Amino acid sequence: MADETAPPAPPPFVGPLEDKDRIFTNVYGFQDWGIDAAMKRGDWDNTKKLLEIGQDAIIDIIKASNLRGRGGAGFPTGMKWSFMPKESKDGRPSFLVINADESEPGSCKDREIIRHDPHKLIEGALIAGFAMRARAAYIYIRGEFIYEAKVLFAAVEQAYEKGFIGKNACGSGYDFDVFVHRGAGAYICGEETAQIESLEGKKGQPRLKPPFPAGAGLYGCPTTVNNVESIAVSPTILRRGAAWFNGFGRENNRGTKLFQISGHVNKPCVVEESMSIPFRELIDRHCGGIRGGWDNLLAVIPGGSSVPLVPAKEIMDAPMDFDGLRALGSGLGTAAVIVMDKSTDIVRAISRLSYFYKHESCGQCTPCREGTGWMWRVMERLRNGEADISEIDMLQQVTKQVEGHTICALGDAAAWPIQGLIRHFRPEIERRIHENKGSAPMMEAAE
Amino acid sequence: MADAPHIPDEAETRARWGAFAWTAENAAQAEKIIARYPAGRQQSAVMPLLDLAQRQVGAETQTQGWLPVPVMEYIGRQLDMPYMRVYEVATFYTMYNLAPVGRYHVQVCGTTPCMLRGSDDVFAACKNKGLVKGATTPDGLFTLTEVECLGACANAPMVQINDDNFEDLTYDSMTAVLDDLAAGKQPKIGPQIERQTSCPEGGPTSLADMVGENHDYRGQWGTSAA
Repeated sequence: MADETAPPAPPPFVGPLEDKDRIFTNVYGFQDWGIDAAMKRGDWDNTKKLLEIGQDAIIDIIKASNLRGRGGAGFPTGMKWSFMPKESKDGRPSFLVINADESEPGSCKDREIIRHDPHKLIEGALIAGFAMRARAAYIYIRGEFIYEAKVLFAAVEQAYEKGFIGKNACGSGYDFDVFVHRGAGAYICGEETAQIESLEGKKGQPRLKPPFPAGAGLYGCPTTVNNVESIAVSPTILRRGAAWFNGFGRENNRGTKLFQISGHVNKPCVVEESMSIPFRELIDRHCGGIRGGWDNLLAVIPGGSSVPLVPAKEIMDAPMDFDGLRALGSGLGTAAVIVMDKSTDIVRAISRLSYFYKHESCGQCTPCREGTGWMWRVMERLRNGEADISEIDMLQQVTKQVEGHTICALGDAAAWPIQGLIRHFRPEIERRIHENKGSAPMMEAAE
Repeated sequence: MADAPHIPDEAETRARWGAFAWTAENAAQAEKIIARYPAGRQQSAVMPLLDLAQRQVGAETQTQGWLPVPVMEYIGRQLDMPYMRVYEVATFYTMYNLAPVGRYHVQVCGTTPCMLRGSDDVFAACKNKGLVKGATTPDGLFTLTEVECLGACANAPMVQINDDNFEDLTYDSMTAVLDDLAAGKQPKIGPQIERQTSCPEGGPTSLADMVGENHDYRGQWGTSAA
């Protein structure tokens, strides 16, 4: 029961965001990414003072900001940092690994941060690394980001030249190195323990947990793996305060977020918006609407290829945040919004994702190694209508056999898009089978 | 793997590449790379060294390079790793070429976000120019590979050719890119339509002040919406 005398809580701010509240002001690269231009925009502004807040106090501010990890899982960032040991009892150093292996189909935000605002990431690396008492950060950037890696190497060099990182970083008395490590084409290296394996010079196959990276990660040392965006927003959160970051989005879904909209909108783009912005507002304001109008919208994959699709009528006015999309049986993931209009061959669209997971399975766990290929082959049969009706349920059962039975989440990620398709588009799958067999379903005969 | 490349003949490869060694410049670069990792953890350098070696092979053959077995052995010796550990890495990651490729490695993204925006047309443009998936054109100019999501989905469909991205493609613009390359001209990198990076086509819906000047928004921070 609400206390009738208390003033009602104001509704959460869900956009549109004002420019002054955008963190990534050079997201489109209209201006120079270099350190002098970045400093004029506010990066590296008295970072020493931010470090003087103190290690535990920084973690407390990040916790209070309610920042949830921007790499897809949405784990509270401050809490993750707090898992790191406060002192090394056995002399092992700690490491920060920054996950820039952006490979989830639909996702293209870390690329914009790295090529246009790299100093936000490097400053964030120092702050996060200092707070968790890490000796160095390794930024693991996907191999195909060749231009982006060139920018990042050069930006790190600039930060060393200014004395912002390295020995006595920013005059703080803290020594902190930042290294860039290029991947070479493997989606699985976005999984944190596969990434650590890859950094150690091995093939990127996920490790069994425990031990968790915070206990034994890179080179057997305590390690935290964070997404690029999670790290790059942290300096601004410290400068503007946890309350500022909490001013955007619904409870448990706070902050600003880089949305990446691809597919059948009039103007695909990357844009920073308030968390919880309604889908319709996001698309109308920044993407020029749905191609062919809102009546032409078929379905949306709202969080990158791993999350189930959501049919048009369910997503149109849904809040774009972790909880809002989970309530629709999907997820925010990396906020990679793939829009599909009614011209889409929806079975092919999902089957192509099944091919992606088959291609990217690392081969370590049998359900994933065998299952991804099997699921793709059945998906292709469904796409062509060559399958039998009973294969739909068989496919559903196989996705359940894969889901939850692998070391990492790639098996789940391969299963979920198919489950979403069957849940929402079963009639379309059946229609193709009937059409192919030349047998019209009963309901059409009744018309 | 049905799409596994045909590995070149061992004896020929050994005769051609058995004496592989870094150029002076790359030898220095290799030392710099190894220094990024803690002492005793030099195995971490295997990925960047394989990339460096592939680029050197590419420079020596006027192609995008590949990794002959003797080159992998050379890296194994430098990093004190068994050859098999190097081979394991080279075969796991898609960017290492296990067989020769052409002067231009045309990597068309075929994953769903690009598919929705017309990657079929990009493949059709390639096909019409004589490019065949998984093969190199007889003149040695183009190798065509279908790749998985390259992380430029807001600029789909896209292709990566050597180190450059070409984005927001159509059948015609992809044809023009290939024509330019075949004629020895450098096509414009990035979006092939009038567009600034991943900004909405036609101009930004946010941060308009950044277009003309390096705007500092901090002066407006005081009146936060929060």
